[in-house]
Amino acid sequence: MTLDTIRRTAIPEGGIGQSPSRPDGVPKLLGEFEFVQDLKADGMLWAATVRSPHARARIISIDLAPALAMGGVHACLTADDVPGRATFGLEHPDQPVLAGDEINYWGEPVALVAAEDPRTAVRAASLVEVTYQPLPPVTDPEEADASDLVFRRIRIRRGDQAAQGPVVVEGRYELRMQDQAPLGTEAGLAIPDGQGGVDLYATSQWLHVDQEQVVASLGLRPEQVRSHPAGVGGAFGAREDVSLHIHLCMLALHTGRPVKMVYHRSESFTGHVHRHPARLWYRHQAEEDGRLVRVEAKLVLDGGAYASTTSAVLANASYFAVGPYRCGSVAVDGVGVRTNNPPSGAMRGFGAVQSCFGYESQMDRLAAALGMPPLELRRVNALVTGDRLPTTGQLIEIPLPTREVIDSLEAMPMPDEGLVSHHSLLPGGSGLTTEPVHVRRGVGYAVGIKNLGFSEGFDDYAQARVRLVDDGAIVETAAMEVGQGLVTVLAQIARTALGVSSVRVIHVDTSKIDSAGSTSASRQTQMSGGATLEAATRLRTRVLGHFGGDALDDEGVWNGEELVAPWQQVVEGEWAEAATFRHPPTIRPDEEGQGVAHADFAVAAHRAVVDVDVELGLVKVVRVDTAQDVGFALNPESIRGQIEGGILQGVGLAIMEELVIEEGVILNPTFTDYLLPTVLDAPEVEALLVEAGGSWGPFGAKGVGEPPAISSTAAVAAAIRDATGRQLDRVPIRPQDIAL
Amino acid sequence: MIVGFTVNDEPVSVRVSHPGSLLDVLRDDLGLLGSKSACQQGECGSCSVILDGELVCSCLVMAADMEGSTVTSIEGVGAEGALHPVQEALHSAGAIQCGFCTPGFVVASVDLFERDPHPSPTEIREALAGNICRCTGYGAILRALEGLASGVDG
Repeated sequence: MTLDTIRRTAIPEGGIGQSPSRPDGVPKLLGEFEFVQDLKADGMLWAATVRSPHARARIISIDLAPALAMGGVHACLTADDVPGRATFGLEHPDQPVLAGDEINYWGEPVALVAAEDPRTAVRAASLVEVTYQPLPPVTDPEEADASDLVFRRIRIRRGDQAAQGPVVVEGRYELRMQDQAPLGTEAGLAIPDGQGGVDLYATSQWLHVDQEQVVASLGLRPEQVRSHPAGVGGAFGAREDVSLHIHLCMLALHTGRPVKMVYHRSESFTGHVHRHPARLWYRHQAEEDGRLVRVEAKLVLDGGAYASTTSAVLANASYFAVGPYRCGSVAVDGVGVRTNNPPSGAMRGFGAVQSCFGYESQMDRLAAALGMPPLELRRVNALVTGDRLPTTGQLIEIPLPTREVIDSLEAMPMPDEGLVSHHSLLPGGSGLTTEPVHVRRGVGYAVGIKNLGFSEGFDDYAQARVRLVDDGAIVETAAMEVGQGLVTVLAQIARTALGVSSVRVIHVDTSKIDSAGSTSASRQTQMSGGATLEAATRLRTRVLGHFGGDALDDEGVWNGEELVAPWQQVVEGEWAEAATFRHPPTIRPDEEGQGVAHADFAVAAHRAVVDVDVELGLVKVVRVDTAQDVGFALNPESIRGQIEGGILQGVGLAIMEELVIEEGVILNPTFTDYLLPTVLDAPEVEALLVEAGGSWGPFGAKGVGEPPAISSTAAVAAAIRDATGRQLDRVPIRPQDIAL
Repeated sequence: MIVGFTVNDEPVSVRVSHPGSLLDVLRDDLGLLGSKSACQQGECGSCSVILDGELVCSCLVMAADMEGSTVTSIEGVGAEGALHPVQEALHSAGAIQCGFCTPGFVVASVDLFERDPHPSPTEIREALAGNICRCTGYGAILRALEGLASGVDG
């Protein structure tokens, strides 16, 4: 069903293009929405994890006796108790479920405890005596590269490698480690089924891949493990890997009792993967008129101790290393290294954030060298439909409105110059530290590009089932709702395709439906949305055919003006249709990095306006405006929420969010010391949605979750450079980088 | 020790045998699960309650100190079909994503609007500076509350 077909017919209330209220909004506002943290079961035990205090060590011995001797302790488990595969991992199962002989990062799980209550569990965990032989950790990513401690290397060569341009700029850039910091920490409840199997309720972004990993490490048959949807307090990539999932299932089967675990915030910081820190080298060569002639890049991403998604993150960083720009001669060398730093993996933007900070910093340097306005240089080089991606050479066939997002952004009004209305809006905020005389305003721009959905030949699919019931229709899915609003948009799609306004989304467990794939890569609206559209469209066609009608609505099946089957008559039969949606196929590029690696792309442009107290090095991000390529806006209010939230995470990476790592140890694993943007740090945001349509997503929609977080960081950094005149090649930018 | 206090107009009596917080008592002893534990150190406001007329992080209040106190938690604000104007405003502005911070924002906003029904945009920001939201970027929350303060949605 195309958008034009839909527009010719009536879109029911709550259909696409509208912004209906979230069905889970009222329960969340009343505190009644059930998060994993709130789950209980009769006879439930509580678990705690024993973690390594060393970044690298050999385990000499583990003595569980003191913990087991404590009253109320039901189990202490170690690596020896893992019944099946000893390791797990999203792409490569290289991470021990529990460390056996060696420790490879600070906070690595060593043993598990289950006890009557959470305090007893934590106390017992502290009594487990582990003897370590500490070893010197490898923490320098370039040293790891030199020693060939590597998860993956990507080499891209395209075009004439001898090409040269008259204007050359070169730079080195660095991004430090950002944490997803979802408000809900990792939590789960595993309930044994009494027949050797287990039901798991845990924070997740992808139920089926959690289930597969539990099955493998517990040595069970797939039908013995059911991974259930549950309330998740944010994700942003942190929940794509398993954390406590296998642990809880081991303890539940070992004790025969339900077992619950909730990570403390400080444990959460080490209990999930983080955004890859990166070191980047770039050289850009251009003609005098600004056209790029050659781009060279060397990208070093620190994968930390285990593989997680480093391979795919590196792929994004490398394939988007030039940005949304045309260039005929490209050489990119990317490497994801193995160190003893905390493991890195998925975080919103997934590799595209890192290279964007590099190429956009370069574009500003180039613009300055050419004496060109920054947006003009970007417009001159804008990559558009019909061009080839400068890295992989993939022909871009789907509408890519790079020029439109640049032009739209440029046309948006600038905020007034002059002093802010209240001291709390000065860089020093309520601390009253900023003297207005030291405040300099700066403006910066950045444009970013990212793939949507999984790439490089991954068989990416999502299943959804649409069913007619007494009071309307339901959409069944295993796709995780983590706050982004899938629960709203799938219902909108089903309403529109069916013609029925009463539609609910029901999240079901892994035994009830096939995988929806990951709630990541900006993919669920396109993928589970695509499956929902296909299932609902087929179901409507079947129902109309059966009853001889030409329209369906809440009252039933109509033929012209005649109601040929009232709803209650329709649902006397079983009406359900499942669809599995796949996006266009992709391949893993060849040894030169060439090939159709991606199914879809989205672009966005950001303009940041900052006030900087140059004396104290403090920054207030006044405003971030954006124009974003959304394909078709299925739910404008929800998209605006994604844009505002993503931009603020980008602002956080630009000026405050850094996990400080020293010799592999996280020095600031608390909300007191890891700074997150508050409402006083939030800029005003104006967002323009560019609807070029044409994507394979439902009604031409593109994924919208990640683009806001990709170029916002680079735009803020550019604005601070504009205000201070400093080069500032590292994010987050600290006060000492500005004022000293 | 037994500690007696009032929660959402109901007298309660709790045996406190651990150095726990008011948040622990609300969630674990009283089964009031709306207040959330996210940072355990008073930085994020997810566990906000009104204690004897003051907005506090319940994770920072010792349970043993509660004797004779009066607490309003999220469960004491609004009901299905009878949302508080703050909840109505947040709902219609699309200010909810994952919802983990939402109870804390509701309690902090109710506290603000009960003290001043027409706070300025700056006063709204100052009042919510102790509550962290990781999803929304705060935009929809501010639009909701600014609308309520100016009477547009009220």
